[in-house]
Amino acid sequence: MVLIQNAVAWSVLILIVSGVACAALSGKVAKWVATFAVAVVGVMNIFLLKYFLDGGEYFRYSMGHYGAPVGNELRSGPLEAAMCVVFCFVMLLSIMGGRKHIEEDIKGKKQNLYYISAIFLLCSMIALVNTNDLFTAYVFIEINTITACGIILAKEGKTALAASTRYLIMSLVGSGMFLIGICIMYGATGHLLMEPIRDFVAGIDPSSREMIPVQVSIALFAVGMALKSALWPFHSWLPEAHSSATATSSALLSGLVLKAYIFLLVKVIYRVLGIKLLSQNPIFDVLLILGAGAMIMGSVNAIREKDLKRMLAYSSVGQIGYIYLGLGMGTLAGLSAAVIQILAHASTKAMLFIASGGIMDVSGGSKKFKDIEGAGKRDLFAGIAFIVGSLSMIGIPLFAGFATKYVIASAAIELAGVREWIAIIAIVVSAILTTIYYVNAVLILFGGKDNSKKPEGFKYSTEYIIAMVVFIVLNIAIGLNINNLIKLVELGFSMFA
Amino acid sequence: MNYFLSNLPEFVSMVCFGIGFTNLLLNKNMIRKIIGLDIMDTSIYLFLAVKGYIAGTVAPIVTLEEQMVGVNTSLYTNPIPAGLVLTGIVVSVSVSAILLAITVRLYEEFHTLDIDEIIHMVREEDRRAE
Repeated sequence: MVLIQNAVAWSVLILIVSGVACAALSGKVAKWVATFAVAVVGVMNIFLLKYFLDGGEYFRYSMGHYGAPVGNELRSGPLEAAMCVVFCFVMLLSIMGGRKHIEEDIKGKKQNLYYISAIFLLCSMIALVNTNDLFTAYVFIEINTITACGIILAKEGKTALAASTRYLIMSLVGSGMFLIGICIMYGATGHLLMEPIRDFVAGIDPSSREMIPVQVSIALFAVGMALKSALWPFHSWLPEAHSSATATSSALLSGLVLKAYIFLLVKVIYRVLGIKLLSQNPIFDVLLILGAGAMIMGSVNAIREKDLKRMLAYSSVGQIGYIYLGLGMGTLAGLSAAVIQILAHASTKAMLFIASGGIMDVSGGSKKFKDIEGAGKRDLFAGIAFIVGSLSMIGIPLFAGFATKYVIASAAIELAGVREWIAIIAIVVSAILTTIYYVNAVLILFGGKDNSKKPEGFKYSTEYIIAMVVFIVLNIAIGLNINNLIKLVELGFSMFA
Repeated sequence: MNYFLSNLPEFVSMVCFGIGFTNLLLNKNMIRKIIGLDIMDTSIYLFLAVKGYIAGTVAPIVTLEEQMVGVNTSLYTNPIPAGLVLTGIVVSVSVSAILLAITVRLYEEFHTLDIDEIIHMVREEDRRAE
């Protein structure tokens, strides 16, 4: 066993320990403990990713050396490691970029509680990405739900309170469906670890009655995760929750939390059901249609918004649609497109939300379009980041978002019949609509006259500048290395089964 | 009918799941929503416990004397479903707790437990702010 393979378990353990430690620390110390812990875990996962890129095989990590079928396992491969790296660094940059807002929005003595929530949020997402056991996944889903609710509630106010209540209720409905799915799967196959379930499922005749419970539980997983990751038409809680929270929370919720659930779903359907049985389950046709609906309706709603953060939240609804469109295609190309969209959108949307925090700073705390006119000139870092993010979302080459548009379009062409038409029409219409509202937002940010003067006493914080610059560089770096990204995902799926 | 009677506990747990699920999703009153959540979770644990129990077997506790004689594993039930139920109960208790805490704060802010009314009040306030 290579030393770096311990990184999987240690990243979860380090985060749990530092999260518990934050409970006893004051806000000022907790802030550095949290930043340091997230950075350490990110670096560990970079080394893990490097191990895989240098030809390392995927591995299973048995907790306490109890192997299958009784033990609890973690499993890591290139795809999981890449996911963890992106999660850690988006988390780190979001905390750094939104630090000022955390300190303003949350009352002094409670700040350490915010960092506890953020650390446990990352911890649960890393566990969700790496776990090999369905019930462990359920436990961490609930931790994720509670901590996500915590970071929305951190900013006091009536809107955030009502929004987090709705979020919690929809999430609990989703996790209830996931739990009953696990129970049915356990009753039908007698296993909770993914490999034994897959072997069992591969042994049943697809047309026999024994297959019904397996298909039903996969459908329950899909619907449960769709509810939790705000697939249209279950998105009603998302705009309120994402727009009322503090900047860091919005970035984390939109960029990471939704993605962790979807990655779990990718994992379950690819590793339990297998790619061959995928097209036989009608739930994936439903996901394809709802994904296409999300892409169009999310963008239509975003065009109608007059509020920057709500517009970004509706844009997330649309972008989640791309992921479900890829999933619903039921092909390997579609799944790869979904994973690439997870990576690209996580890095882009977090940048946009942190930039919108900076824009609110120079516009008297307002996020309405009429107040933010010319804000891009007042805060140049946020303005440039917003332009880069918009170009990436629209899908211009050289930026991260182009990778998704390219891969998902090539996956759509390989489909046949009505499914191909649905996918292609949705991609084209959504691309046009996305362009409309992002160009509109950029024009407002740089429009107007005589408004380029900074408000009195405004100062950039160093952390904010670092976060913005790294976000921009990261986005362009992903955009320039699309081929490597596609290769990485292919390598990941080859070791995924 | 025979089929139905032999699966009666599973059937009951599914009906309870439906009742709890509908209450959690559609009931306006926050407290009733929480009760619905608890019914839903409990019905899942009933389902798991029923699936995990094999008639005529005992808990897997092996005494020293039995170990001397040799253990016949077919006499014991699988402990994993029971362990899952325990874990699940812990999770659902913490979720109910946070939901109840939020309900207290909602009542302090809005003086009502009706979630539809609360959403309406928030929207009204947003409109007035514009």
